[in-house]
Amino acid sequence: MSIWVGRETRLLVQGLTGREGTFHALASREYGTEVVAGVTPGKGGSTHEGIPVFDTVAAAVGETGANATMIFVPPPFAADAIVEAADAGVSIVVCITEGIPTNDMLRVKEFLAGKNASGNRVRLIGPNCPGIITPGQCKIGIMPGRIHRPGTVGVVSRSGTLTYEAVDQLTRLGLGQSTVIGIGGDPVNGTSFVDCLRAFVDDAGTEAVVLIGEIGGMAEEEAACFVAGHFRKPVVAFIAGQTAPPGRRMGHAGAIIAGGRGTAAEKIKALKAGGIHVVASPADIGARMKEVLAR
Amino acid sequence: MKVHEYQAKSLLSRYGVAVPRGEVADTADEARDVARKLGGAVVVKAQIHAGGRGKGGGIRVARDPDEAFEHSRAILGMTLVTPQTGAAGRVVRKVLVEEALDLDRELYLGVTLDRSRALPMVIASKSGGMEIEEVATRDPSAVLREAVDPALGMFPFQARRLAFSLGLSGDSFRQGISLMQALFRAYVETDATLAEVNPLLVTRSGRVLALDAKMTFDDNALFRHPDIAGMRDLAEEDPLEVEASKFGLNYIKLDGNVGCMVNGAGLAMATMDLVKLAGGEPANFLDVGGGANEEQVKNAFRIILSDRNVRAILINIFGGIMRCDVIAKGVVAAVREIGLSLPVVVRLEGTNVDEGKRILQDSGLAVTPAEGLADGARKVVEAAR
Repeated sequence: MSIWVGRETRLLVQGLTGREGTFHALASREYGTEVVAGVTPGKGGSTHEGIPVFDTVAAAVGETGANATMIFVPPPFAADAIVEAADAGVSIVVCITEGIPTNDMLRVKEFLAGKNASGNRVRLIGPNCPGIITPGQCKIGIMPGRIHRPGTVGVVSRSGTLTYEAVDQLTRLGLGQSTVIGIGGDPVNGTSFVDCLRAFVDDAGTEAVVLIGEIGGMAEEEAACFVAGHFRKPVVAFIAGQTAPPGRRMGHAGAIIAGGRGTAAEKIKALKAGGIHVVASPADIGARMKEVLAR
Repeated sequence: MKVHEYQAKSLLSRYGVAVPRGEVADTADEARDVARKLGGAVVVKAQIHAGGRGKGGGIRVARDPDEAFEHSRAILGMTLVTPQTGAAGRVVRKVLVEEALDLDRELYLGVTLDRSRALPMVIASKSGGMEIEEVATRDPSAVLREAVDPALGMFPFQARRLAFSLGLSGDSFRQGISLMQALFRAYVETDATLAEVNPLLVTRSGRVLALDAKMTFDDNALFRHPDIAGMRDLAEEDPLEVEASKFGLNYIKLDGNVGCMVNGAGLAMATMDLVKLAGGEPANFLDVGGGANEEQVKNAFRIILSDRNVRAILINIFGGIMRCDVIAKGVVAAVREIGLSLPVVVRLEGTNVDEGKRILQDSGLAVTPAEGLADGARKVVEAAR
């Protein structure tokens, strides 16, 4: 069992013919994901690495029945790519692109809210994220497939390589994963921690969840609140940036302590109050999960 | 990206935000000329990217052009220490000379992003002249908020609601509303992440103006604002950070002695935390990015080593897509070329990890391999002692 992506996923890739798009589309296909189409405006009608290319997302969906997309479009055009996918009825939109202007994302959020309100469900994952993977079934993104194993631990994270770290620890300890989601490091993103937790509540294949947060914003506090009220499965969490100075953007656009808010200490306090097992060291994520599950 | 007060004011006035008359000056002579042109008393304001300038003697009132000259001479070139600059302070290179205005009330007005709601928020308060966070902590009810849809703009009723709460009336009320709407437009159209007027001045005759202004901008949107990108003042930034940004490296200097080189922002922050947990202090945050090749590693080494405090270096790479043997070769080549004498601890994980470790061992260099995160942190902290 899993959430949002699995064997039924039919993936299209926006920006397929670029270097990154090609590399990761092939890696996803090699992992077992069904890659059915690519979209590059102006290159419609051609074939790239055996994948048919279309000019528009609507045409790709119409011809191939694609129901998910992976976006590798450069930042100035990425917001438009997300909206085009949502407009064409794609239900899972995974945007890998880093560096999209915040104002563009505000417009995207408003468009998606309108779509969802009219009953056309669409979920954006990212941007600025590694993607989503259901081990053994479907990989959409840039994460290394080989470190994952099918299993029952859900993972949700704002980071990329730190997620790989956590997954690697779990796998080494014999703990497989149900679905692993990188929600991205930007201040405005499509899917929140709470969205993921809500989906994990209903997923019988998920026994426990690893949550990896970082400084900046209130997403971890909101997750803590949700867990306290609605989540009965154990959660192990780590917050990166305990030593980060205030007012500095730590790589991710969203990782900044602003006006004294968004500190790791505040978040850790909130998570603990929500009954979440918080580890001080990122080296202990896997071990703590093993311990919690053994109880 | 940050800009100076005089730059923020010139941008804001383009959108119709009322600001005091004034001009920027690089020399005391220029400052005197500006004061002469303005006539009457003026205020000489040090231009640095930090607040609290008044407390450090960076803002002075001058009765006439000669006094403006004297004050400017004292301020220009001084190292201004304020609560926001840290002990090292900042050297002042420019002053803003403005007409001095009488003061009836000081209010607060700002626009910034509410991340949870994914909407810009206009924030106002009767308590101007102090940090809004301080006001919010002391009395949350004293901070007024209006969420505004950027596509629709700030409706007059939203501005009215704030203006009534601020106690504005008569002509000040009308001026306040127009200023709020102008500030919001400026925030959206320049892709700002913060547009703050603190204090928002109400004069005895009822004029409403931005006495001080602060703007920061979305780095990701600078590509569509070449004029704003051109306002970047490299002298205000840490030279090592500027150097790092030329090579696509994300570097932030800290005060410890353990240099860190990591791929990925989250893992880089986590590595700093680990160093601290192991009893050390990180010297920096450094994200070499996803495709850390030999050239990147070399530049990263150079920048870390430019910090004299560094006593040992931890390289922590989780090679998701990257191959560890390639990274190891890069590290060895970089260490050889730079002639590194400091201890280096390397934690590698990912594809071809065994071959990577073998390359490090066979290099004959003083590179210590680490098994996992905690081991790497422990070893590097020991080496830094």
